[in-house]
Amino acid sequence: MIGLISYLAFFATMAGILAIAVLGLNLQWGQTGLFNGGVVAFFGAGAYGTMLLGGPPEPGQFGGFALPYVVALFGGILIAGVVAWIVGLLTLRLRHDYLAIATFGVAVAFENVTRNADWLTGGARGLRGFPRPLEAAIGDTFLYGLFFLGLVLAVLLVVYLGLERLVTSPYGRVLRAIREDEVSARSVGKNPTRLRLEAFVIGSMIMGAAGGLYVSFYAFVSPQDLAPILTFQIWAMLIVGGAGNNRGAILGAFLIWGAWTLSGFTLSRFAPDAMQLYTGSIQYILIGVVIVGMLMWRPQGLLPERVTKTIHQKGAKKGSVIINKEVI
Amino acid sequence: MIQNLADGVLTGSIISLGAIGLTLIMHMLRFANFSYAELLGIGAYTALVFDKLLAVLFPALTGKIGSLTLTGTLALSVLLAMVVAGASAVVIDALVFKRIRAKADALSMVFASFGVALILRNVITLMFGQKAQLYSNDIAFAIVVSRDPLLLIKPDQVFVLVAALVLMGGLHLVLTRTTFGFALRAVAENPVLAQVSGVRLSRIVTSIWLIGGALSAAAGVFYALTNHLSPAMGHNFVLPVFAATIVGGIGSVYGAVLGGFIVGIASGLALLVLPSGYIPAMPFLIILFVLMLRPHGLFGEDQG
Repeated sequence: MIGLISYLAFFATMAGILAIAVLGLNLQWGQTGLFNGGVVAFFGAGAYGTMLLGGPPEPGQFGGFALPYVVALFGGILIAGVVAWIVGLLTLRLRHDYLAIATFGVAVAFENVTRNADWLTGGARGLRGFPRPLEAAIGDTFLYGLFFLGLVLAVLLVVYLGLERLVTSPYGRVLRAIREDEVSARSVGKNPTRLRLEAFVIGSMIMGAAGGLYVSFYAFVSPQDLAPILTFQIWAMLIVGGAGNNRGAILGAFLIWGAWTLSGFTLSRFAPDAMQLYTGSIQYILIGVVIVGMLMWRPQGLLPERVTKTIHQKGAKKGSVIINKEVI
Repeated sequence: MIQNLADGVLTGSIISLGAIGLTLIMHMLRFANFSYAELLGIGAYTALVFDKLLAVLFPALTGKIGSLTLTGTLALSVLLAMVVAGASAVVIDALVFKRIRAKADALSMVFASFGVALILRNVITLMFGQKAQLYSNDIAFAIVVSRDPLLLIKPDQVFVLVAALVLMGGLHLVLTRTTFGFALRAVAENPVLAQVSGVRLSRIVTSIWLIGGALSAAAGVFYALTNHLSPAMGHNFVLPVFAATIVGGIGSVYGAVLGGFIVGIASGLALLVLPSGYIPAMPFLIILFVLMLRPHGLFGEDQG
């Protein structure tokens, strides 16, 4: 029983961490229409950033500043934000797909750095020994697993509520206005380039937060943890859940992570020995089919974007409702 | 130095071939196609299959041509692979992209292209295995062109460069001397006006997929001939071919050719100052550099 609960807690912790990253992507793609082809790089920047700032010192290795946990986590988030800011500054005023290409490039460059810059990232063997927050104080592994799940869910809740608030605020409305019709948004005095950059940076910082939680959960990070497939998994989660809908993003994260775990288990259990080397490829194909299939048959996802209503309390009559967008 | 330059020119010619179709597709269908580079992999592996098949059917053709490791069967296989890859590009468009085009925006296409790339790459892995393969296990002896500075060139590399230039020259003739070439350039310039003048857009789009697929297949075989085949080869070319199109300016065939050589040579020379592990990121640096200095590339126009 304890085994089952601790496994479920482990599963939910990982799904929750990914759900946070999916929420970040939803702000970029779902709300603002920005394409991020390198989710893994921003997730990874947060993970490595947190590790470098909060990890233990090691001879011959840069970093290991052993800063307090919260400082390290926020530092990691900040690093993810800075990377996003630089990339966004260069690409957001250009054709939309330039951002896609540049972010894909960031992911490739990031992978090169993590694999080769041994002094900074520990190279292929990665960095280890991150002091998990409050682990010593709690002691028991089982209880600590539950505690960490609570921590992840709390962060998820904060991010969710923050984004929900943002979506219904005038700011969120402008982001959607830019997504739908940039020229109109500009004509009423909004600055699409600046707002896009802000949304891109905030979204990437949320991904960085997910990365920071990831490294504090595993106490370890290496290039293998940050394979390009992570970007595709996070996309599939958003597309399945429903781009533009924060609840959909969370639902998608749990569904896809469940399907991924289950398919991995089934394949490793039942696939013939000769095929065991290739179970990863089969799973990748499944993710690809999910992405393409959803885009073809149900592009709005399981939980489509909701029509947001804004109740004007001042100026308009009491109770009058203005629907500012019609999306089914 | 000279060696890096020579290797860079060779890689550049392969990138150029891969970028020509991509730049036209990106220009006309207005989406960054991340599955495009997988056509290199499709071409290279298709040639491998045909090479083995033809060797059984026509043993007489298995002899090597001159001092190349290229055999008669492989030479024929390249042509067949070009046809197959061109046809696959058309089929993928009809199965996936055309449908998504009909009901969603351009960014959904970019998303879908990533999904298509993931499927194609892993189907290749399942069919042919993860290990790198070679067309021929014979050692390709390099010719010492000069000892100081050291410059080694394999006959295969010379063949690849010449063949790539011949293909580009052929395309140039088609673009400038035939009615079809005029129609294609007209569509690239102004699709609406071209349609008014009686050019059928859907036919041009199909022929661009065919041409792009065929040239990419050739690029894939040339890469595999001078290096090796691996399922990741398509993935490794994604960034270089995008960099070539952006350097040259999206929509410009000549820009893509020049861009390909620039990316290839820059990556080759970068080896002098950077450890080889960082070279895959070189096209990304080139993209950032171009976006800072000349966002629409050397021959591109402002598309907004």
